[in-house]
Amino acid sequence: MWDYTEKVMEHFLAPKNAGEIESPDAVGEVGSIACGDALKLTLKLDENERILDAKFKTFGCASAIASSSVLTELIKGKTLDEAAQVTNREIAEALGGLPEEKMHCSVMGQEALEAAIKSYREKGHPDAAPNAQLHTEGRIVCKCFGVTDATIKNAIRENNLHTVEDVIHFTKAGGSCGQCQGEIAEILREVLGESAIKIGAPETDVQKPKKPLSNLQRMQLIEQVVAEVIRPHLVADGGDIELVDIDRTEVTISLHGACGSCPISDFTLKDFVERVLREKVDPQITVVEQKDEQ
Amino acid sequence: MADVIYLDNNATTRVADEVVDAMMPFFTELYGNPSSMHTFGGQVGHYLKLARSQVAEFLGAQPDEIIFTACGTEGDNTAIHSAFKSQPYKKHAITTKVEHPAVMSLFKEYEKHGYQVTWLDVDGEGRLDLNALKASIRPDTALISTMWANNETGVVFPVEEIADIAKAHGVLYHIDAVQAVGKTEIDLSKLPADYLVLSGHKLHAPKGVGALYVRKGAPFVPLLIGGHQEKGRRSGTENIASIVGLGKALTLFHPKEDAPKIAALRDKLENALLAQIPNSRLNGAKDERLDNTTNISFKHVEGEAILMLMSQLGICASSGSACASGSLDPSHVLRAMGVPFTFAHGSIRFSLSRYTTEAEINRVIEAMPPIISRLRQLSPFHD
Repeated sequence: MWDYTEKVMEHFLAPKNAGEIESPDAVGEVGSIACGDALKLTLKLDENERILDAKFKTFGCASAIASSSVLTELIKGKTLDEAAQVTNREIAEALGGLPEEKMHCSVMGQEALEAAIKSYREKGHPDAAPNAQLHTEGRIVCKCFGVTDATIKNAIRENNLHTVEDVIHFTKAGGSCGQCQGEIAEILREVLGESAIKIGAPETDVQKPKKPLSNLQRMQLIEQVVAEVIRPHLVADGGDIELVDIDRTEVTISLHGACGSCPISDFTLKDFVERVLREKVDPQITVVEQKDEQ
Repeated sequence: MADVIYLDNNATTRVADEVVDAMMPFFTELYGNPSSMHTFGGQVGHYLKLARSQVAEFLGAQPDEIIFTACGTEGDNTAIHSAFKSQPYKKHAITTKVEHPAVMSLFKEYEKHGYQVTWLDVDGEGRLDLNALKASIRPDTALISTMWANNETGVVFPVEEIADIAKAHGVLYHIDAVQAVGKTEIDLSKLPADYLVLSGHKLHAPKGVGALYVRKGAPFVPLLIGGHQEKGRRSGTENIASIVGLGKALTLFHPKEDAPKIAALRDKLENALLAQIPNSRLNGAKDERLDNTTNISFKHVEGEAILMLMSQLGICASSGSACASGSLDPSHVLRAMGVPFTFAHGSIRFSLSRYTTEAEINRVIEAMPPIISRLRQLSPFHD
């Protein structure tokens, strides 16, 4: 049994703005019956693109219906530009929170809104599809649920997702046959790789030198960056790093604790240690991991 | 909660009052350990023996063919491990696509370790093709494993015929009978199965107890290693109170009186819902089912939402929808049967017991049509 908030139950049992607007100005349709949830959002706008009325029809569970209902309340009275700022987080928060596994319901609400805005903006163009489907943007990653890389990246950034499981809960991608989970991990690496650097690096005083380095300088700098930038980061996640050897630009390290045994430690190694060292010390640096003998 | 209408008896059942009464002394004055040398503990062993003979008698088995377990999952796991470990040169098994996770997940685990598993299809009504079963038997087949009756649809497999096929080919046969015991006649003196599993909480005994039948002479490798309990076949101090409850629960079944009554109520519910609610369908073979189960799909609405509205009225049932299962896919059973997505997400399983009354069924018949039409009004797929 799901632990739904009172607010979710309220919107599920007495949904606001259920139905469909006749001759709407904007229509957003997402999901499908095969996926197990779908939402059709219809909007009526005034001449200033302000949302006069919003109605929804939803096929799905209690939280999908509640998310749709609260979405219409959130956007009524807003201009399209203002409405475009509404995130899935706000939808979930307006419901007093959703179970993690149900966060995709709030994402569906946000996507329907985006699709509706897109359909309205493209209406003037002769080649525009009558009902713009959001999922046509980007490359399909999850074939079971038709989720694109764009949707996944968006969800990772907006909700600060860190694991494949998070992505499944928020977008459903990877939650059926599971074949695309490797690809989702890649996307996570791609997106988080950037932010990982941002978290670790700029907050420190270690500055990248301008002149070419001597061997000794490079070694000292590598030691400093590992000790002051990289190690605190790994320790915070329950792991540790030991600098084993430095042979010109080849750095040998050993990972311990959570890092050493973690299946994604390749990611930690390649995308984090190496990128930080390249950025802070020398772009030529390659990192090699010495595995603990067990 | 007052006024609960409990139609979810394939999930778990109410413990019978007589069972609770039989169990109580083992929480209070009879707290001894049956393994003890003193009379105080030893007397408890008498009740253990009695429960074992009650289970054996119910199944048409011998008492020493019964091993008490903690749950259906343990029984299934023990049987499958036994078949593989006792025949290390045989690395193949045959099962079906509609098994309970207690069986399915274990075979998937074995597949990761070099074993091969044939997953038999079922037809649109959930039935097995016995020719396909025969054709998939190989010289290295260690085991055939099927359920007796399906938990979601109630569809019953032809276990007698499967047992004969297995025996003729010298292959071990394991039956997950968790849903069948207490709902259909079982006589292991006539059925040449090697392992059969049951679970207490499905038959008005408490949760946390089950039994595994191992035919005399069938290979056995214990899962739990430790003391001498259950003749070393299942170590660990016996869960006496629950074991006594399980034995007692089995003495309370009166299939000849109860089964027709339960079937009549089930049919009344099923016929009324299918007639009153347009775009609804029955899942599973109508004439090859447990008497207590019906699985009905409502087109264009989602099962969890249906359950939540039913729950508001105190009506308890289950759904094969993706959301209700906690996964993102609808029930593997309905998918194996080829139930279209438009129906699979909106499936509701009603499972009755001998405690179900006609008044309750009437209330459910009254409650369901407005619930479905209310959700259909919200559905973008429904006109």
